[in-house]
Amino acid sequence: MAEAIVLQNVVKEFTLRYHRTFREITVAKAKGQKTSEKFNAIDDVSFTVEEGESIGLMGLNGSGKSTLLKVINGVMRPDSGTALTRGRIAGLIATGAGFHPQLSGTENLVLNAAILGMSERELKRKYDDIVEFADLGRTLDAPVGHYSSGQKARLGFAVAVHVDSDIFLADEVLAVGDKPFKVKCMRKMREIRDSGRTLVFVSHSPGAVAKMCTRGIVLEKGRLGFDGDVADAIHYLQYDRTDDEDELETDDEIGNDI
Amino acid sequence: MSEATAAPAADRPPLSPPSAGNGLLAVFQQRYLLRLLVEREISARYQGSFLGLIWSYINPLSQFFIYWFVMGFLLQLHQEIPNFAIHIFAALIVVHFFNETFAAGTRSIVRNKALVAKMSMPREMFPVATMLVSLYHVGPQLIILLVACLFAGWSPDPVGLACLVLGVLIIAAIGLSGALLFSAANVFFRDFGNIVNVMTNFVRFGVPMIYPYAIVEERFGDFAPYYLLNPLADAVLLVQRAFWIGTISDEKQAEVAADGQVLMPDHLVTNGVLALLGCLVILGISQWVFTRLENKIPERL
Repeated sequence: MAEAIVLQNVVKEFTLRYHRTFREITVAKAKGQKTSEKFNAIDDVSFTVEEGESIGLMGLNGSGKSTLLKVINGVMRPDSGTALTRGRIAGLIATGAGFHPQLSGTENLVLNAAILGMSERELKRKYDDIVEFADLGRTLDAPVGHYSSGQKARLGFAVAVHVDSDIFLADEVLAVGDKPFKVKCMRKMREIRDSGRTLVFVSHSPGAVAKMCTRGIVLEKGRLGFDGDVADAIHYLQYDRTDDEDELETDDEIGNDI
Repeated sequence: MSEATAAPAADRPPLSPPSAGNGLLAVFQQRYLLRLLVEREISARYQGSFLGLIWSYINPLSQFFIYWFVMGFLLQLHQEIPNFAIHIFAALIVVHFFNETFAAGTRSIVRNKALVAKMSMPREMFPVATMLVSLYHVGPQLIILLVACLFAGWSPDPVGLACLVLGVLIIAAIGLSGALLFSAANVFFRDFGNIVNVMTNFVRFGVPMIYPYAIVEERFGDFAPYYLLNPLADAVLLVQRAFWIGTISDEKQAEVAADGQVLMPDHLVTNGVLALLGCLVILGISQWVFTRLENKIPERL
């Protein structure tokens, strides 16, 4: 088996700026306050994902999951360490793909497909499937700026799953979609997983992660907290100790429907 | 399960950094995407406007009439210069091409931040697309100029055509390097957008547009060669060489020369080629700086 994703001591540093204008900075400097602060959003993270593996990436809000996905899909370059991937990458980051708010859904669809590396011919072949999967009806002609987060996720997911990718990134797709769409997403992601493509799945829903993934990686404030069996990862995060009965039900429902 | 369907490692593409292949070369490898961006930009620039594309002609035409009216009619300047209107308009096209590329290119990355922050693609794509959109707008303006030249008794020549191509290439290269440099800088401080506005004001007066080159040679004397170090001035002169000079009859040219006036500097084509090479070097430097700044772009948007 070959590796699909290799991360070695990846560090991504962010700079928090408290002041932006010249006046603010001068005043803050004069008072001896800090004007900016650096912190590592991703701190010395190393792991290897084999081809065909499905990884559940978990962690609390702000633990660096989306940043790590951005490093993997190439939007961000690590400040130190190396990130290597094999083949085409497609997927969603932070519940949606990059959409231009002023453009219509159709225009964004075409643009997005091209950015993900689809050729004109490939898109022509798959266009109807994508539209059908997104199932947005006439909304597709409206500017994406007017879409709800759920509608954006539908469109983004529809394009991303139709790209012939080797690595698929799914970041909280289930967080905003309605139930029928969630079911459709889960089914599609299973298909992706079972076709031998590499899957990186970010979710706060332990049930979905447990069903979808064999391995769990937990990020804690940018550091690798846990890497191993998915059930242990959920236990590590204490996500299995649910106080909220409703959430448990939702998870079970997703499972039942598929 | 999955192991059975995955291809053996030998057939697979190699492990590589996911962000690799960025840069201007990668932009031209993804021509389909570039074409989409250009088409989109053209339709988006005048979205929701009634006159649409016509605005890109109203703007330069109105400027042309202002300069022509103030310089030519009110101030009665340059009466000794034949076909001064064509002189102005040829220069205006060049200036407008540069300013559009520079100003819109500087805003291009911030304006497309939704895409830049989430999708992996060569970010040079946006300044390049802006440059091509500006180039697209040059076309119809050239047609207006061409019609005007034909009325003025224009006789085209191959050297002139070469000058036109050279001039456009110079502006494309220098405009793109400015756009690259400032589009990245604009992400960090939006002040750069304003700096560009100030700089574009200077451009109009740094090139022989509302004054002829003859005056430069006359007033600057030995310093005239330094004036020609400005690639924008070279590009303007080249385009004027292509159109304006062709509308002046040989007798008239001889007459002006007898007056001791110089219509065009010596070695114009050689200068132009050198200017283009210089601009390409600057473009290389801009690309280098852009790559350095690029790492921090997604987090600062």
